[in-house]
Amino acid sequence: MAKLENSTKNMVLSLTAITLVVGALLGLVNAVTAEPIEQAKANKQAAAIAAVVPGEGNEISEPETVTSANGEEAVIFTVTKGGQPVGKAVRAVSKNGFGGKITVMFGFDPNGNILGYSVLDCSNETPGLGAKMPDWFQKGQKGDIIGKNPSTNNMTVSKDGGEVDAITAATISSRAFLDALAQAYGVCSGTEVATTSASQQQNATAVASCENSQSCADCAESM
Amino acid sequence: MSYIIMIITAIFVNNIVLAQFLGICPFLGVSKKVGTAGWMGLAVLFVMLIATLVTYPIYYGLLLPFNLGYMQTIIYILVIAALVQMVEIILKKTMPALYSALGVFLPLITTNCTILGVAINVINFEYNLAESVVYSIATALGFTLAMILFAGIREQLAITDKPKAMEGTPIALITAGLLAMAFMGFSGVDKGLSAALGL
Amino acid sequence: MSKLGIIINGLIKENPTFVLLLGMCPTLGTTSSAINGMSMGLATMAVLICSNFVISCLKNLIPDKVHIPCYIVVIAGFVTVVQLLLKAYAPAVDEKLGLFIPLIVVNCIVLGRAESFAAKNGPIDSACDGIGIGLGFTIALTVIGLCRELLGAGTAFGFSVYPESFGALTFVLAPGAFITLGFLVAIFNKLTAKKG
Repeated sequence: MAKLENSTKNMVLSLTAITLVVGALLGLVNAVTAEPIEQAKANKQAAAIAAVVPGEGNEISEPETVTSANGEEAVIFTVTKGGQPVGKAVRAVSKNGFGGKITVMFGFDPNGNILGYSVLDCSNETPGLGAKMPDWFQKGQKGDIIGKNPSTNNMTVSKDGGEVDAITAATISSRAFLDALAQAYGVCSGTEVATTSASQQQNATAVASCENSQSCADCAESM
Repeated sequence: MSYIIMIITAIFVNNIVLAQFLGICPFLGVSKKVGTAGWMGLAVLFVMLIATLVTYPIYYGLLLPFNLGYMQTIIYILVIAALVQMVEIILKKTMPALYSALGVFLPLITTNCTILGVAINVINFEYNLAESVVYSIATALGFTLAMILFAGIREQLAITDKPKAMEGTPIALITAGLLAMAFMGFSGVDKGLSAALGL
Repeated sequence: MSKLGIIINGLIKENPTFVLLLGMCPTLGTTSSAINGMSMGLATMAVLICSNFVISCLKNLIPDKVHIPCYIVVIAGFVTVVQLLLKAYAPAVDEKLGLFIPLIVVNCIVLGRAESFAAKNGPIDSACDGIGIGLGFTIALTVIGLCRELLGAGTAFGFSVYPESFGALTFVLAPGAFITLGFLVAIFNKLTAKKG
């Protein structure tokens, strides 16, 4: 077959035809994959809830979207079993990650003790440093936060006077993680919101002064 | 104030070439002379700003309302390719002096991933239009800075003795690695600054 | 040239990463581990094979003056297909590679092969070229990822080889990407120079 010549008609026709065909094809693929994509997202969410509030036969309520103290969207799932409250799973966002936002799901029992957590997005954290957060704070690990209660335990990094060991050389990411925890706890325990956000601000100023005096240590964050 | 943090982050902390690995091809290819590197940076600044200004309303005005988010890549790359052509023609007619300086780089820019990357990023980061403009300018400045610094080093590198297998790209890559390491010294600066400014 | 010859050619003689030095952005950006590098390589290979095949089929229907926009549309189409499929069936991979998936569109390898091979050869040969170049790219990315992972975190494909605290974290971070690739290209140069 001879090559089409460079007439304007041919050029417009072929480019339009190809764009239309590709567009239609994409529409088709999009229609086919739309459902699995939603499914994958739902699965991820369900898996995260199951991981942070463990137990067989739990029922999960419809999500309740609220705004946490830092103005970000937080989502609360109430978990019950046979009508009895088991705990709450809270998805919260911290804006203070090393390279942007991080999203973490926390599970609390009815007394506010931390049952578990699952990091949903820490893709902006440094690999090998801040990106260790999915494991670092788990049970038996160095930064273990499981079983602690944000209203009685000081959930800040030891550098800020708290009792949580920060990820080695990733203080900023660790602070962001604990900030997400404070956000989650704040929205989950209605009455404590005020106190949490107040202590939050104190923390913020403490962090600020600390950040100035220890800027060298912070530079070391990524080295 | 937050714009200042944003600019510093985009230029130094999260430099598009040295921390995000976008635009490596022109970074390695057009960095043998400081002058050319500077002009390339300027051309990228120019196109990046226009591309962001054009693609932003397309996404929010056309793709999102009609549920065509999946057409983003294809529409963006076509728009950018068309834009580069148009810029080339307009420059040639109206500003021949600028054209003769930037002209050679313009076709290269279509396949420069910084442009498409920034256009997609401003959507992913949910920036508003003003933030998008600031982000694209700052990113391009970061690109230009990296280009000029790297070209300066390469000019010196060209007159040194190197093992034969290291000549050309390998030594350039290792130099770029050292430059990236130097830029890592900026990490955390944005956080410290925003804390100091009380943001 | 035989079909096998075309594939081998893409693997060694025209290895996109070590010889042609194309597609450097994903080469550096996605190789923080061997698995990530391999995923990126395979995604690019899928796009390469499909776009090479289709462009070769369409080459006579496309007038010369608009061939670049037409090729880009075809490539962008396949990139979006790969992106949607990954989102649906391998969301973890999609999250890891992030921005670099849509950026396959501007990977010079894909457009370069369309121009230099698919536009001149038959559909089957072009698909073989896609396999060869794609494999070359995948292997290169996996090797770089493996080196960085091994030196930086003490693991290979996620399995621990030696205690992590002995690793030089720099290799997982940005500078390590440049330095590792620099040395690998130098080694490749040295080896091929001896043969020739």
